Amino acid sequence: MNGLLEVFRKELADSFNSKRFIILFMLVYLAGIATIYIAAQNIRAAVGDATSNIFLSLFVVSGKDLPFSFPLFMSIFIPIVGIALGFDAINSERTGGNLSRVLAQPIYRDSLINGKFLSGLTMIAVLVVSVVAIVAGLGLRLIGVPPEAEEILRLFIFVLETILYGAFWLSLSLLFSVLFKKTSTSVLASIAVWIFMFLFMGIIANLIAGAAYPIGQDSTVAQVADYDSLYRMISRISPGTLYSESIQAILLPMMGSSSPTMMMIGIYSGLMPSPLPLSQSLVLVWPQLVGLVALTAVCFDIAYIVFMREEIRST
Amino acid sequence: MSEKPVVETHDLTKTYGKFTAVNRLNLRVAEGEVFGLLGPNGAGKTTTILMLMGFCEPTSGAVLINGYNPLREPIKVKSIVGYMPERIGFYDDMTARENLEYTGRLNGLAGSGLKSTIDELLEVVGLRERANQLVGTYSHGMKQRLGIADVMIKRPRIAIFDEPTSGIDPEGTDQVLNLIRSMAQQKVTVIISSHQLHQLQKVCTGVGIFSRGQMIASGPVDKLGREALRKGHYHVILPIAQLADRVRDEINKIAGVRSIESVADSTVIAADEDISGELGRVVLEATGLKVQMKVEEFELEEIYMKYFEGS
Repeated sequence: MNGLLEVFRKELADSFNSKRFIILFMLVYLAGIATIYIAAQNIRAAVGDATSNIFLSLFVVSGKDLPFSFPLFMSIFIPIVGIALGFDAINSERTGGNLSRVLAQPIYRDSLINGKFLSGLTMIAVLVVSVVAIVAGLGLRLIGVPPEAEEILRLFIFVLETILYGAFWLSLSLLFSVLFKKTSTSVLASIAVWIFMFLFMGIIANLIAGAAYPIGQDSTVAQVADYDSLYRMISRISPGTLYSESIQAILLPMMGSSSPTMMMIGIYSGLMPSPLPLSQSLVLVWPQLVGLVALTAVCFDIAYIVFMREEIRST
Repeated sequence: MSEKPVVETHDLTKTYGKFTAVNRLNLRVAEGEVFGLLGPNGAGKTTTILMLMGFCEPTSGAVLINGYNPLREPIKVKSIVGYMPERIGFYDDMTARENLEYTGRLNGLAGSGLKSTIDELLEVVGLRERANQLVGTYSHGMKQRLGIADVMIKRPRIAIFDEPTSGIDPEGTDQVLNLIRSMAQQKVTVIISSHQLHQLQKVCTGVGIFSRGQMIASGPVDKLGREALRKGHYHVILPIAQLADRVRDEINKIAGVRSIESVADSTVIAADEDISGELGRVVLEATGLKVQMKVEEFELEEIYMKYFEGS
C-alpha cells in the first residue's frame, strides 16, 4: 500500500480544486435539474392511472420541450466526465517532468496508476450520487409522491450502474493516457471512441443485421426476432448500449424484455406487460453489468501492464 | 576504493534493438564518494542512471544499490536514494511548499517534523521567501534548486543528479554545485552526470568517462590526467626551433621530463610537473640564453577532449 493513500488524496484534492470539474459538475447538475423539472410537468399524462412506481417514472419521463430523460442525459455526460478525469492522468505527469521524480520516491509504481483510478472513480461516485440526490429531492418536492422501498433500491442500483459506466470511460481514457505521450492525442482518441460507440455502432449493427435478415412488410415474427437479436448482439459491443439496456430494465419495471422491439411484438400480440419484481429485473441486467465490469477491467489491465513495464524517462 | 561500494554494477548492458546504449559497464562507487559520469549526449549516462533507479530493465548484467537489486526491491532502494531527473518538473499549480509536502508524505513523513524539515530545506536552497508561490511562476534555476530540496527531504544516503546544471545561468550553476558539495560534506554518496567537465571537476572525487555506452576511463581526476597524457601533464614550450643534442641530454636529465619534440619553430617539452624553473637554469647554463617559456597545464577538459579525439 506504499504511497497509494497519498497519491489518492492528492489526486482527489486536485480534482476538487480544478476548474475542469467545477464546469462539469455545473453542467451535469443543470441537466439533471432541467430534466426533472420537465418530467414533473409531464408526469401526470405519462403515468396515467398507474398506481406503482410513480416516483421512478420521474426519472424516465421526458417532455416535448426537452426530449431527453435524465438517464439519457447521464449516458451522454458520464462518458465526458470519465474522459475528463482520465485522459491526461499519466502523460501529463510525464510531460510535466513529475513522473520520474514521483516514482523515485519509495512507492510502488502501481500506487500511482491505482491511486489515480481510485480518485477518478471517487469523483464519478460523488458526482452521480449528488446529482441523483438533488434530482430525487427536487422530484419529491415537485410531485409530492414519496418513493416506495423498491423504488429506492432501484434508484440505488441505477446509481451503481452509472458509476460503473463512468468507470469504463475513466479506464479507457487512462489507457490512452498511458499509450499516448501527448495529452492532445489521448483526449482525441478517447473522444473518437466515444463518438464511434455513440453514433456509429447503431448504424453498423443495423447495416449488418439488415443484410443478414432483411426486414420487409411481409416479414414473420421469427424473422424480426432474428434481425433483432443480431442487431442487439452487435450493438452490445458499445458500452453505451450495455448501460442503456441495464438502466432501462432497472428504471422501467414494466419492461418485461430488455428489447423494445420484442416488447412491441408482445404488446401487439395481446400480452399486456406487468411490472417485473426487482429480482427479475436484476436477472435481466446481470449480463450487461458483467459486460461493463469486464470492459472496464480489460482497459485498466492493459493500462496497468503497459505502465508497469514502461521505461520511466524524464524526457 | 577499498571500502565496500554502495553502488555497483556488473557487466551492465542495455540494448535497444541493434543499438547498444550501455555496454558491459562495471561501476563501483564507494560510500561518501562524489562520482561524476562524464560524456557527450547519448553516451549512455542517463540510461545508466535509469537502470540504477530501476526505471528501466537491464538487458543483461546486474545493479546493486547498497546490496539491493532496484528491480526486485524498489522500495528499499528508493528509500535511500534521492534522484533528480534531467528535466525536473513540479506540479505547477501547487506551491513549492505543497510540492515538498507531497514528496515528504510519499516518503512517510508527516506532521510538524515534515513542516520543520521543509522550512529548513527551503532556507538551505534559498527559496524561503518564495515558498508559498506557485511553482509555475518559478524560473528554471529556481526549479533546479527546489529539485535539490526535493532530493534532500528523504535524507538520502545516495543522491543521483542527472545533468543538474543544464540550461541554467552561471550563478545558478554555482548555487546548484555548492548545494551538491554541501550534501557530499554530510557524507552523502553523490553521483552526478554532466557533459560539462569543469563543473564535475569542482565537486567530484572521481570521474568516469563515458563514450558510446562504455566507460572508457575512470578514477580520481588527477590520475585520469596522467593516464590520458602519457607524455606528461605539463607542456613547457621553448621558442627555439632546434636544440643541440647536448642541450637535449641535459634537459632529459631533469626529473619528470617525458619527451622533447620540435614543433614548427619551437620545442615542446612534456613533463609530469612544472619544470620551467629548472629548465630555465639548464638552458641558461648550456646555451647562455635567457629564454622565455610558456607553460601549459592540461586540465581535465583537454584530457576529456583527448579521449573523444580517440573514440
